[in-house]
Amino acid sequence: MTLLAPRPPVAEASPDDRPDIPLALKPGRTTADWVFRVILGTAGVLVLALLVAVVLFMCIHSVPALKKNGLQFITSDVWSPPASFGILGALAGSVMVAALALVVALPVSVGTALMINEFAPVRLRSWLTGVVDLLATIPSIVYGLWGLLALSNYLYGTTVWLDHHASFIPLFRTQSAQTYGNSIFLCSVVVAIMIIPIITSISREVMSQCPRETCEASLALGGTRWGMMTDVILPFSRNGIVGGALLGLGRALGETMAVVLILSTTNTLTWAILGPKGLGSISYLTATSFEVSPGITQSALTVAGLTLFVTTLVINLVARRIVGRTKVAAS
Amino acid sequence: MSIVVGQAPNLGPDVAGGHGSTHPDRPSRHRKMPQGMATEAVGSAVASFALVWLVLTLTAAGASAVGFGVFWVMGFLLTYGLLTWRLHGVLLMKERLATVFVWGSSLVALVPLVAIIVYVIVHGFAAVFSGFPHFFFADMSQFSSARSPVTQAGMVAAIVGTVEQVGLATIFSVPIAVLTATYLNESTGTFARVLGTVVDSMTGTPSIIAGLFVYLLWVQPHGTSGKSGLAAAMALTVLMLPFVTRSAQEVLLVVPGSLREAALALGAPQWRVVLRVVLPTARTGMVTAVILGIARVVGETAPLLLATSASSHTNWNPFRGIQSDLPLQIYSLVTQPGVNATKVAWGGAFVLVLVVLTLFTLARIVGSSRPGQRRLPWRRSKAVAA
Repeated sequence: MTLLAPRPPVAEASPDDRPDIPLALKPGRTTADWVFRVILGTAGVLVLALLVAVVLFMCIHSVPALKKNGLQFITSDVWSPPASFGILGALAGSVMVAALALVVALPVSVGTALMINEFAPVRLRSWLTGVVDLLATIPSIVYGLWGLLALSNYLYGTTVWLDHHASFIPLFRTQSAQTYGNSIFLCSVVVAIMIIPIITSISREVMSQCPRETCEASLALGGTRWGMMTDVILPFSRNGIVGGALLGLGRALGETMAVVLILSTTNTLTWAILGPKGLGSISYLTATSFEVSPGITQSALTVAGLTLFVTTLVINLVARRIVGRTKVAAS
Repeated sequence: MSIVVGQAPNLGPDVAGGHGSTHPDRPSRHRKMPQGMATEAVGSAVASFALVWLVLTLTAAGASAVGFGVFWVMGFLLTYGLLTWRLHGVLLMKERLATVFVWGSSLVALVPLVAIIVYVIVHGFAAVFSGFPHFFFADMSQFSSARSPVTQAGMVAAIVGTVEQVGLATIFSVPIAVLTATYLNESTGTFARVLGTVVDSMTGTPSIIAGLFVYLLWVQPHGTSGKSGLAAAMALTVLMLPFVTRSAQEVLLVVPGSLREAALALGAPQWRVVLRVVLPTARTGMVTAVILGIARVVGETAPLLLATSASSHTNWNPFRGIQSDLPLQIYSLVTQPGVNATKVAWGGAFVLVLVVLTLFTLARIVGSSRPGQRRLPWRRSKAVAA
């Protein structure tokens, strides 16, 4: 009972008649804190400056070509510098390689991610995740080397078969009859193999954040495993998969070494992907002819590079946003 | 008002308490394959094989191995689908076909990847160990692609270049990356948000763009002496900086907020909290981030194409003159004519893959320790002993 006894009023107890309000604490920013923040901020500014410098330098260097050729630059596919620089053939090639690679890689990656998360024995799971992450780190020149020297032999039969039996589809044709190899087709397959680990890794991570209770509820209600995947896991991780696919697309668009090693192009606009002398690629053009070209051609290549840079920048930005949103929603 | 509050309905001891002790509430996993699944699958595979073979023989169409394979897969899916549909209904048919899809796609994904590693090891091993120490102690000056045997080739010029260039790139990028990640972790303003977005989108910069940028910024203004190991290091920095920043940022996010709050509540100023609490807690994660960053750029070739070029002589000074490195050496060997040049290129690829593999394993070992653990894993035994 003594505990519940009314306390004496505070005002009476305090000797100096001050009202009982909390002190406003000043945030403890000392001078050292400000110095520290300035140092951190400077590093941040440096990173930002790097991006600005990249864009700025490329913009400055692309002015001469744009002045000379104007819009024809993007609408023409005739690349014969210094008379004409149409990058449409190269741009279409970059997009074609990336798109085909994505078409091949996306279902395979989603299937692999599902395998690791749902089908593989629990003990193997972290090991398989490690393998996929490792494969994402293998240098692209190794992929390119393997594609050029090993895969091309295995794919030769497929290429010939596609040419003979599937040429009613405009894609599966060659530029000149019976010439195969060094093709956009081979190149996309190699790039697909390169981006499979990237897409798999991100989709798997997002899928693993799917609440286990919901999955088990679906199974407990008598659903099949496939039912659980299509009704619970895939809807939950849709954004993550889209984001992963976009990241893979960004990587595929900018991929250089596999393209440089494999392709042999004339940058002409065509649908045929089975033979050499077809579409080019921006990274291919830049890597192979930048150094040996006169100033105005370099300027044209810079515009092409700038186009590529901005495109991948935007794609990556969107992708990261989508993946990040799913992660936040999951946690 | 007759509801009794605070009294559970009497369900008996079996339901209320007997659950947890005897049957642990653990999800069970179906390990056994459904009965008959193997028989059905193998049967369908054989049947479709026979069918395709029969049809192709009867129609005298003939087909290459590829065509046969395509038809066989299509026939298998059809037969298997029909069979399971007749036997088990449409739901299980979907389930079985999905299982085929999932395992099939993992096969499609993993087989080439394993093949690459096997190829590199098999072909590279021969080149590296044919004249064993020579490959690591000589440069390319005695090797000419058309005539020389593989034993004349040496990678020391390339290895020196790679080590120095990646080392410089690490020195350039890691401090800035760690500081930027800390800034992003400590601030919430507009600038931090913009910066976070920039770092995010820059992680996917096409590698050739980095090379192009360094060429325009550094190589071209310096004329003939522009190409050097330093330029290569700069190009790698452009790629490494956003990557390490992002990884470091994710590591810092894992640092428990309670630690930081405890330090702040004890009256520590922000800089001390960051330097004495946050960064030490995240130390192993930071090391992992840096190692992965190195593994990521060590094999980058495209940015180096415009920054330096392959050369047969060893150049120890990254600041003067052309300095070769592993990826460029491999590229230059592949583009040279001659079977031996290609063999040596596989040897280079072997070394490169070995380096990446080592770095990756190292990162996994370091990263396997918990955040906040002050000791690195290999010192754990000592800590236990002490």
